[in-house]
Amino acid sequence: MEHLDYQFSRSHEWLKEEDGLMIVGISDFAQNALGDVVFVNLPDVGDEVTAGEAFGDVESVKAVSDLISPVTGVVAEVNEELLDSPELLNSDPYGSWIIKVENVTDTEELLSAAAYEAFCETEE
Amino acid sequence: MKLVFEKSMPGHASVILPPLDVEKKALPENLSRGRLPRLPELSETEVSRHYTELVHEVYGVNSGFYPLGSCTMKYNPRIDEEIAALPSFTGIHPLAPQEATEGCRKVLEEAADLLEEISGMDAMTFQPAAGAHGEFTGVLLIKQYHDARGDEKRRKIIVPDSAHGTNPATAAMCGYEVVNIASAPDGCVDLDALKAALGEDTAGLMLTNPNTVGLFDPNILEITRLVHEAGGLCYYDGANLNAIMGHVRPGDMGFDCVHMNLHKTFATPHGGGGPGAGAVGCKAFLAPYLPKSALMDGGEGIQVRGFAGNFLVVLKALTYILTLGKEGIPQASETAVLNANYLMKGVKEVFTPAFDRICMHEFVLDLSDYKKATGVSALDVAKRLIDYGIHPPTMYFPLIVHEALMLEPTETESRETLDQVAEIFRKVKEDGIREPELLHTAPHNATIGRPDEVAAARNPILKAEL
Repeated sequence: MEHLDYQFSRSHEWLKEEDGLMIVGISDFAQNALGDVVFVNLPDVGDEVTAGEAFGDVESVKAVSDLISPVTGVVAEVNEELLDSPELLNSDPYGSWIIKVENVTDTEELLSAAAYEAFCETEE
Repeated sequence: MKLVFEKSMPGHASVILPPLDVEKKALPENLSRGRLPRLPELSETEVSRHYTELVHEVYGVNSGFYPLGSCTMKYNPRIDEEIAALPSFTGIHPLAPQEATEGCRKVLEEAADLLEEISGMDAMTFQPAAGAHGEFTGVLLIKQYHDARGDEKRRKIIVPDSAHGTNPATAAMCGYEVVNIASAPDGCVDLDALKAALGEDTAGLMLTNPNTVGLFDPNILEITRLVHEAGGLCYYDGANLNAIMGHVRPGDMGFDCVHMNLHKTFATPHGGGGPGAGAVGCKAFLAPYLPKSALMDGGEGIQVRGFAGNFLVVLKALTYILTLGKEGIPQASETAVLNANYLMKGVKEVFTPAFDRICMHEFVLDLSDYKKATGVSALDVAKRLIDYGIHPPTMYFPLIVHEALMLEPTETESRETLDQVAEIFRKVKEDGIREPELLHTAPHNATIGRPDEVAAARNPILKAEL
């Protein structure tokens, strides 16, 4: 299992701390279950996000799914590259961050990489 | 095939106009377009061939088996079309004097009476033009009810995660916050999750029963009681009414308003053969908020569409109800449920049902194990079914089942057809085990092969350059 420094939510987002910001993306399991992603709806910089609530959505050829924030805080940066190239979420889910969050006041109960891997096996 | 505009040839025509026997007058300048409308010019032969070619390009309920789950693609009886084609119905205008429209008004009244009886409601509007439009109208009734009472803190609509996508979309369009609640492992509403979601901010609940996995929720009376206790109202999405009509009434389950898709349950055509009609019924206390046609009904009131909605569709539905009668309506739903269970039994030998118990009018297959073993997805299976001449079921819905295929055969299919379909599923499964690539690239026998859905979604071309 790669990405040992990532933490995961049960709704299949990953979270990683970098330079004092919390970075959020979706897991490989999530992109695989979604299928080809065709659109990503992102929040604006400065928007507040709440742990356990939707902050945007991804649309694949199968369905539209909410992106659930693992943290409560304020959006510091959004990955605008995804607007033109949503397929990056499929080809490189762990390299393609979606938002970076600052002023984090709350974090969902998260899983380690190993625990998440075990959790995904029960999901299948 | 070419568009009708591309087939156009200058001078080709289908009509020979009679000689002009009155004085020729030009249109006033301000009413003139200034140029001729850009219409295709074709002879009658060419027009006839064009539409015949189109017929061969499409697949409908008249072509073959069409098990699109949750869509109730039942046969549209010819008698409905015959009645709706009568000139006394097609030649009328809603603004004709009242004494000239008595017959049409009678059609609307009688259709309303019968649909109120079937749904257990007290009042009805036919204005909404389709299901989602009906949902919108129904949730506006709920909103109007709370607003009229000054109960402005009710900002949330609860929707189970097995709901049709139109439910949360409707709630959002009406300005509500959508609260999704997870289903219990049996596919029905999780009562604890519902209780946790209910509160002083609950405006209402939107529910389909039987739900989208084809199961009738055994706790329905408890569900509607809990919502009412919290001060919310209950909206019934009539998408799956075909499973219960004539047997159980949404009104008796505790619902306050409902929409019925006349183009599903009451056998009027879908889509291109439509238009549809999403009749909305409600209990008496919501009736004051129903849309009205100021011109037809007099007085004031909001409208969601002109006049009485798609009148001829209502007429077709009325014809259907009267043709089947008091015995035929419940028999139709019994047969729909029987057919779904018969087909599930046949297909069960091939693929795994998501919920292996007696179903209502539809059931869901879960192809996760098959995909893991062969790499062949539900999408690939659906595409391969086209090669065997049947329409694929609904795919990847509901979202609570991975690799879902959702089948609804309806009551108008024979036992022989259902046997053939089970056999086709078996062949497709074997094809996938033997030669996965054949399914990844299917269909092979259809006019259109596999469209690039990703490219179409990312870069849609929505107009033809002529």
